[in-house]
Parts: sequence; structure tokens; C-alpha cells
Amino acid sequence: MSDSPKTAQHGLAEHTHGSFVPLQIRSDRPSSKSVSDFEAISPLQDLWRYLQPDQLNGLDSDVLGEYESEVSFVSTDDVKISWIESTDERVGSIGVPEDRVAAAAYTNASKTLLIEVAESAEVKEPVVIKIAANHPAPSALHIFVIAKKFSNATLIVEHMGLGNLAEIIEIDVQDEAKLNIVSVQNWDKGSAHVSAHFSKLARNSFLKHSIASFGGDLVRITPVTTFTGPGAEVEMNGVYFASAGQHLENRPFVDHAAPNCKSRVTYKGALQGNKAHTVWIGDVLIRVVAEGTDTYELNRNLLLTDGARADSVPNLEIETGEIEGAGHASASGRFDDEQLFYLQARGITVDDARRLVVLGFLVDILQRTGVEELVEILTSIVEEKLGSY
Amino acid sequence: MATLEIKNLHVTVETDQGTKEILKGVDLTIKSGEIHAVMGPNGSGKSTLAYSIAGHPKYTVTKGEILLDGENVLDLSVDERARAGLFLAMQYPVEIPGVSVSNFLRTAKTAITGEAPALRTWIKDVRDAMSGLKIDSTFSERNVNEGFSGGEKKRHEILQLELLKPRFAILDETDSGLDVDALKIVSEGVNRAHQANDLGVLMITHYTRILKYIKPDFVHVFVDGKVAEQGGAELADQLEAEGYDRYVKA
Repeated sequence: MSDSPKTAQHGLAEHTHGSFVPLQIRSDRPSSKSVSDFEAISPLQDLWRYLQPDQLNGLDSDVLGEYESEVSFVSTDDVKISWIESTDERVGSIGVPEDRVAAAAYTNASKTLLIEVAESAEVKEPVVIKIAANHPAPSALHIFVIAKKFSNATLIVEHMGLGNLAEIIEIDVQDEAKLNIVSVQNWDKGSAHVSAHFSKLARNSFLKHSIASFGGDLVRITPVTTFTGPGAEVEMNGVYFASAGQHLENRPFVDHAAPNCKSRVTYKGALQGNKAHTVWIGDVLIRVVAEGTDTYELNRNLLLTDGARADSVPNLEIETGEIEGAGHASASGRFDDEQLFYLQARGITVDDARRLVVLGFLVDILQRTGVEELVEILTSIVEEKLGSY
Repeated sequence: MATLEIKNLHVTVETDQGTKEILKGVDLTIKSGEIHAVMGPNGSGKSTLAYSIAGHPKYTVTKGEILLDGENVLDLSVDERARAGLFLAMQYPVEIPGVSVSNFLRTAKTAITGEAPALRTWIKDVRDAMSGLKIDSTFSERNVNEGFSGGEKKRHEILQLELLKPRFAILDETDSGLDVDALKIVSEGVNRAHQANDLGVLMITHYTRILKYIKPDFVHVFVDGKVAEQGGAELADQLEAEGYDRYVKA
């Protein structure tokens, strides 16, 4: 393994989360479909240490409502979308909850939204699932995506409105399939969203998994990707922008449980305003069987004002030495003065230069989604947030 | 006719060993249309001169003046200096992820002229300037300096020079790291900007190679933070033959 330099290329200083280093090994985390198997949420638990239970707006309770009328979609021959009973044997086959909120989502969602990309389907247009909430009652939603063999599709899951949502998204990427999935969180003020994503990648499949979190008092996403067949590749991207009082947390985990797979994890965030808080915990596990693994994870945070806090912790566990490469980098800091100088030396005012740099910093990740319309929409959301500081 | 005057310029930087004086009284006057070459050995302060004129925050002017048509440049911020007509082609242009070349050029042009350029003529101007520098049209959609080769970065600097039309350009080792073909292309760009806009040029270079393509009116030899000798183009030929040895002898 090779660690990246302590000071990163953008001139950002390395940032740690304090002197305490959690000892828990990522692979050892318990999982269960039953809420009662998990203790009541407390910041004393490593999983929840960065937030207070009251920020969950009731998502940690045993009983949650359900979303159905809030979810809209268009089903086609190539991409069939329907509600199925959660007792269906496929549900829960990709991922078992690893925390209390996910278990609550699992048990309370009596129906699951099934999205099936047909075998060998080449789907040109992005498929959009819109989740538009309009009430604060804590609720559960379960989504199950199957990208069948040799298929190629793009799926956008949009979250908006006022809502408090505990969510599970299971993603089954079958042999040779290519799936590009983007989850957008642009909730109204007063919303909380805790979401567990579980992806399994079969032989030679490709998953591009992107998170874009901008709106919501609390958004916490735990995307887990597990390689189950050789030769698969995942690109996990995340972009987030926390304003005053917002807590945006991402805990990506890549489980290299098959040989010759490749993972790239890239998350970038900006923070502005008092008590803007972002958390990124990036875990990668390379199991004994995972020879030929090639992995790199990176997190960068740009602090635009005082009073904001970015926690960033990359973890890499390696159980075999027979790998192609493994590395990680994490850096949080302020503007790169050299970038600002370059732009100012071309006549651009310092305020415009900052705006351009922040936008560029985040748009870089947005562009990776490869969905032009989405890049435009998300760019305008970022611009709007930037205008308010 | 504009004049850029540098008078008795003293500049310091903060280092681990404390404050260090790099420029020790530089005097230099450039008029519109003139091409000046500043040559000197490594560590003589050539780049410091370039950055100090542009206003890089790392450098502190402790004494002296920089005047643009009598106006004190040192009172201006970096962007105000650029808008006043100064341009620095950087030796190490910085990557700006996520900002496309076309967006950057348009934003800079708008900032310099105070209004957005008319779309149709702007697109044509950019296209013509790019083809003059043999820059591929796909370049516009790439992010500023990201993944650019050394030659591409330098051509991108000269592209900006041609499009932003400053009154004075400081070229900080624009020739370094270029092969002969790229050097010719870049030099032609500088010569075009010089002719089209009566541009005054301060060309900082370590080598005489670029002077075959850009003919200087004046050559200044820079040693230990000030001008040690000046003359015409013939001084460059002498340097070519003799090197800097006779200046740096202790």
C-alpha cells in the first residue's frame, strides 16, 4: 500500500478527527434485519459519534410510516418499475442492515420499489425516480435495483421536499452489467435522511455510484459496495455542500471480496457558515481472496468560512499482499491561494475567483455523473448556495 | 504610448530562515512596443520580479515603486493590476479543476473589459487565436491547465495574452520546457500580440534560445537581485558565448 502525501496537491492541509482513533475493524460490524438487535442510538457508539440522536428527527424509533404516494416514476419495457411486497425473497439479499435506522427502514417498509433493467438493455435516457416528500412524519422506504446481465443504464434517485426518511437502496449489478446510479439529496430545511446503500457487483460488472447532498438538516449515507465476482469495477463519487447548521455525512465502504477488482472512491465537499458539519469515513477492505485489487479513495473538503467543521477519516484494511495498488488521501482546508492568484492575475475579482474555484471544485465531481442535465441542475443549486454566503 | 517604470525596487520573502531580501534595487523602464529581455542565472530574482509586478501576496515590497503611466501599481490589488493592463504569463500555471478553459477565458475577458464580450465575435476570436497557436478546438472544454502538457500550458498562457490584450506582458520563463516546434509557435503568438496591441514585453529567460524568435530591443542581465548590466540584442549574443560566469564570480 502507498499512502498519499500528507499535504495534498490543492494545498489543503491534512485534517484528522482528533487524537482518538477508533479501533473497530470495518469488516467486523454486526448486521441484522431486526431493530431490537441494535442498541438505542448514542454518540458513544462509533457509528453515530458525530451526531446527536435528536438530529435524527425520530428516524431512530421502532415504528416508521411509509412512502408510496411520495414516489413517482415511469416504467418502461427496458426498465420495469413496480411496488412488490417486502417479503419477496430478493429483498434483503444484497445487504443486511448494519445500523439501527437501516433496520427500522427494513422492518417498516412493507413494500419495496423494484427497478429491473432488462437483460442486455441499452437504456439511453436516464431513468428518474422522484421522491418528493411533503410531511415530517418519520418514514421508511426500500428500493431494490437489479441491473441484469449485459445491461447498461443510468438511474437517478432524487430526494426533495420536507421529509424525514429512513431508506435502504439495494443494488444488484449482474455479470457484465453497467449501471450508473446517482442519488440526489436536496431536501428542504427541517428534513433528516438516513440511507443505507448496498451494492453487489458480479463478474466483470461496472457500477458508477454517485451521491450529491445539498439540502436537508441531516443527511447520512452509508454506501456499501461488495465485489462478488472477479474483474468488476466500482467508481464511487460524492459531492456535498453544507451550509450553516447542516450535517452531511458519508460513510462509503468497499469490500474487495473477489480478485482483480478495481475501486475508486472520490468525495469532495464544501462547507460554509456556523456549525456546518461534514463527516466522511471511507473504508476499504481487501480480503485474502482479493488478489490483484486496485483501489484508491480520496476525500477533499473546502472550508469557506470559520465555524465549519469537516471530519475525514480514510481506513484501509489489507489482508493480502498480492495487490495492484491501494492508497488513500484525505485533506481539508481553505482556498488554494495559488488558484486565486492565477484567476486574479487575469483580472477576476477575488469574490468571483472564489466562486469559480468552489464551483469548479464541486462541478468536477458532478461532471463524473456523465448526465448533462443533472450537471446543470446541480451546478445551479451550488451557485444558489454560494450566493448566500 | 504607455510606460511601466520600476524604480529602486526592493522585495523580501519569508523563509524558514527568516526574512530574505531577493530584489535589491531594480530599475527598469519599459515603453509600449518595446521588448526587454531579462536574463540571469538561477536564483538571481528574475521570477520574483515577475511575481512582484503582478502582486503575488508571497512577496513584500519594502522599498521602491512600480508605476504604470505614473499610477502607483503597488496600491492596486492583483486583479486591479490585471485590469490596468498588466499580464503575467506564468512559469507554472495552476490547475483549476472543474473550470473549463472557455468559461475561464470568457470570465477573464469580461473582467478585463468590464462587459461580457459579444458572443459571435468572441467565439471567432477564440477560435482564431487557438488555431494560430495550433491548439485543438477540444481544448475549450478541458479544465484550466488540468492534465495539460508543459507545452499546452505555455500555449494556453499565450492564448490568454492574445485574447486579453494587455498593455504590458511579463513572460516568466515562457520558453522553459518547450521543444523547438512549441517554442516557435509560442514565440509567434507573442510577436502577434506585440504587433497587434503595441504590447510592451518583459521577457524573463534563463536561455538565449527564445531570442532567436522574439527579438529584444534591450537586454538586462540580472544578478543577485538587480540589473548588473544592460545593452542591446548584442548583449545576449555575448551571454550566449560567455555564460553568466563573469557576473557571478564571488
